[in-house]
Amino acid sequence: MISIIDYKAGNLTSVERALKKLEIPCRVTGDPALIRASERVIFPGVGAAGEAMKNLKSTGLDQAIKDFFLSGRPLLGICLGTQVILEFSRENRTPCLGLVPGQVLRFPDPLSDREGRPLKIPHMGWNTVDWTRKHPAVPERFLQMAFYFVHSYFPSPGEESLILGKTHYGIDFPSALAYKNLIALQFHPEKSGPPGLGLLKAFSEWEGRDAE
Amino acid sequence: MLSKRIIPCLDVREGKTTKGIRFKNNIDIGDPVEMARFYYEEGADELVFYDITASAEKRGIMIEVVGRVAEEIFIPFSVGGGIASVEEMRQVLLAGAEKISVNSAAIRNPALIQEGAKAFGSQCVVLGMDVKKVAVSRAIPSGYEMVIQGGRTFTGIDALWWAKESERLGAGEICLNSIDADGTREGYEMALTRLISEAVTIPVIASGGAGTPEHLGQVLKEAKADAALIASMTHYGTYTIRQIKAYLKDRGVPVRYLW
Repeated sequence: MISIIDYKAGNLTSVERALKKLEIPCRVTGDPALIRASERVIFPGVGAAGEAMKNLKSTGLDQAIKDFFLSGRPLLGICLGTQVILEFSRENRTPCLGLVPGQVLRFPDPLSDREGRPLKIPHMGWNTVDWTRKHPAVPERFLQMAFYFVHSYFPSPGEESLILGKTHYGIDFPSALAYKNLIALQFHPEKSGPPGLGLLKAFSEWEGRDAE
Repeated sequence: MLSKRIIPCLDVREGKTTKGIRFKNNIDIGDPVEMARFYYEEGADELVFYDITASAEKRGIMIEVVGRVAEEIFIPFSVGGGIASVEEMRQVLLAGAEKISVNSAAIRNPALIQEGAKAFGSQCVVLGMDVKKVAVSRAIPSGYEMVIQGGRTFTGIDALWWAKESERLGAGEICLNSIDADGTREGYEMALTRLISEAVTIPVIASGGAGTPEHLGQVLKEAKADAALIASMTHYGTYTIRQIKAYLKDRGVPVRYLW
């Protein structure tokens, strides 16, 4: 059973609907005990880091997520869920979970494209990922595909080896991270059409071991 | 690189899809959920549902349609038509829409844009603009006026001013519909689209008048729109999304493709 962590951060139902469509058993839960006992965990989220960490701490989910990660079972971060696994977010100057070293940064403002035209923050829409290496949870047929992004902040891990993919929007920013049994995506697979559902399906079958 | 988006627009009346020609003589052409699934599988980047007979008592029908669509398609979609309060926005978003579009209600009550952006984030709030070309005057210096009620009522508000004002209030995106071009299939209103696209930094979706892939190429390249709304040209099978995207890709427009 896959647990989708409910910590009152935005719309969780879209991840649940996507898994339902794929006929993958799942439950949405905010119970730390159920999270610890899960086979796989998805950590989604839309919203601000400060509010998210406050909710995670007050419910004891912060420790449950750390324990789950240390268990070696597969963990998937999405958007805000990807950001708060780092040590610190510049958004609301928030100390975060620290499953991996690094910070969450805001896009530089002003931001412009290669021709010097101003770019709007948030980065919203379909963009591609330049995958830096192979990963068992990212099937090769999706490597050229575009995914759906909506965000003003991005993860900046402390070690280059944690970066699984980068995306260009004014700057090159890390849009996918991988470390042991963790895979973390800045974009929304649940809103990214067939390739996005393909990634969720691959996660549901992944054993949690990185190839390298 | 961020893709330019191709967005089919489904007009819905009492739970059924319609496509009006200049907002008159609407003809039923199908089930919105079926059409949404069709476009999703074809590679549409986003969908827009416009509830053209929205009224308080009929709202429930649309919420139910939104819920069924959200179970079938996994790309962002927006819902517009008669949404006039933060509570109505919340219901539509909870049912599974990614964005809500406000139009005449935002003209009557501009604070609606601010309140929506504060409650759900700017990326959830699309300002729908219905615009008609008029004589340049002191009140309408751009020569484009905001209209409501499907083009029947002039508001005295300049479209260029309103676009900038909506960005200031927190709109995340503008869906710019030319009433003059709507349903003609003779091409987008290029001058209007360029005027608004260059005046705001939020994305502009061009709407009204799409008839051929060339029209999309023009509006996305020359008029600098970020996205293009289409309806009749694909609803009746004249073109497919894939044909349109192949055309655009060949001409150097960044598009998302699934093949």
